[in-house]
Amino acid sequence: MLHRRKWAIPYLLLAPGMAWLVVFFVVPMWYLAKMSLSQGLFPFYGFGWAWHNFNDAVSGYQVQFIRSGEYAAVATAIALVVSYPLAYWIAFRGGRWKNLFLLLVIAPFFVTYLIRTLAWETILSDNGLVVRLLQDVGILGSNGRLLATSAAVIAGITYNFLPFMVLPLYVSLEQIDGRLIEAAEDLYASRARAFARVTLPLSLPGVFAGVLLTFIPAAGDFINAQLLGTPRQYMIGNVIQSEFLSVRDYPTAASLSFVLMAAILILVLTFARILGTDRLTVGA
Amino acid sequence: MRFVRRHLLSAYAVLALVYLFLPISVVVAFSFNNPKGRFNYTWQGFTFKNWTNPFGYPGLSDALKVSIEIALLSSLLATMLGTLIALALVRYRFRGSATTNLLIFIPMTTPEVVMGASLLTLFVNWRVPQGFGTILIAHILFNISYVVVTVRARLVGFDRHLEEAAMDLGANEWMTFIKVTLPLIMPGILAAGLLAFALSIDDFVITYFNAGATVTFPLFVWGAARVATPPQINVIGTAIFLIAISGMLANILFQNVRSRKGAVAA
Repeated sequence: MLHRRKWAIPYLLLAPGMAWLVVFFVVPMWYLAKMSLSQGLFPFYGFGWAWHNFNDAVSGYQVQFIRSGEYAAVATAIALVVSYPLAYWIAFRGGRWKNLFLLLVIAPFFVTYLIRTLAWETILSDNGLVVRLLQDVGILGSNGRLLATSAAVIAGITYNFLPFMVLPLYVSLEQIDGRLIEAAEDLYASRARAFARVTLPLSLPGVFAGVLLTFIPAAGDFINAQLLGTPRQYMIGNVIQSEFLSVRDYPTAASLSFVLMAAILILVLTFARILGTDRLTVGA
Repeated sequence: MRFVRRHLLSAYAVLALVYLFLPISVVVAFSFNNPKGRFNYTWQGFTFKNWTNPFGYPGLSDALKVSIEIALLSSLLATMLGTLIALALVRYRFRGSATTNLLIFIPMTTPEVVMGASLLTLFVNWRVPQGFGTILIAHILFNISYVVVTVRARLVGFDRHLEEAAMDLGANEWMTFIKVTLPLIMPGILAAGLLAFALSIDDFVITYFNAGATVTFPLFVWGAARVATPPQINVIGTAIFLIAISGMLANILFQNVRSRKGAVAA
């Protein structure tokens, strides 16, 4: 066995990669934390335990925070409803074409994110097919539009993060031993009952992983709101982005980032508690 | 009843696939559009001229070149660093492995805006001028975690007896690694490299925070979207899409051939 002799080997293997993660992830987070408690105007910020930054950030941008949570939650729910049957179908009905179907599912996401979103702008545009169809059916008024509404932004988010939902669902569904479902049916469970009592519980780790992996990028997104919405649809990502890159109020932007991180981290840790960290990290 | 159910599910799956490909078909179709104005949002007429002149818009080819260079370099380096971490995590029991796991996991759960912003803060503090180098650093960073996860998945199902057999036959540890371990986990490493390349060439948010004056392809699209959307963007987007699909198809075929060979050998 390799590891009997040299205890140092794992550390040598880890060293370069972990050094990278520490210098370019942990250290930047430290600077961001310091920045969130600093005061001053660009580019002269001084550290000074300025806790009021957090107060200002939360009270000033409460609307965008809540909106981000709402949009991300709705988008994640829709993505789950769209993805579960699809992943189920590939896992149980895909046969030897499973890998090909899986490729079909992720293929669209090899078109650059921004181009995909611009394509949705075309599809949902005021004289596009979708709007005209909805107007004819009467769902939208004759002046009704889709672009620049919450619906458009949520639709964009749902679409753009769909693979993060489909893939973990597929992985957990594919691992299910078909004999367990057969056994349930042998014991006179109806198909629906077998699904509810066997398949669904066994796929829950995939559901949790998918929900997390979709919700997190969705909550921090700003591209969909920017391209498909208006400032009235802006999410917290838009605020952080513009505070950093346009307004250059780094302390506010940094504290906003930390509030977002903290909210997401609490969510992740709660999920990890429920599931056990190991299963979550290995399954992701 | 069972017949209906079965086909209901299939119909649903087909609908879902149509939904997935709807925007892509728009991208491909509009790469053949002949827009009169600066914006490529409404259909005006069919033409091949965008495809025969894919770089006929100033700045586009430079941006694409930067994107490809960064994707190649960052996927190569991240794959090396990440594979070593995965080997350490799966093969050895050591103090600090839980912390390592956590440090791999957290970047994947960090929103891109926050990761981009923290790097920006670092570079501003250290007075590092932003450009090609800082984009590369950022891309290697976010790729490492994905490489670790991908390679680890391959390593977990690895039969250690093969290595022991090699050592019994007199190979030393290094020879065993080169001749036995590495070839067996190569598909995982290749998959990780492809994933890293794809993530890198597509990244907008983190790049946007750390690019300085350097322009990658996604940044070019972003900048262009405000003043004009040349159909050449669709041409390049379609081309990247086709190349990526071919690469993944090749990977699937390669693995199928391998597993068939394995079945014959067994």
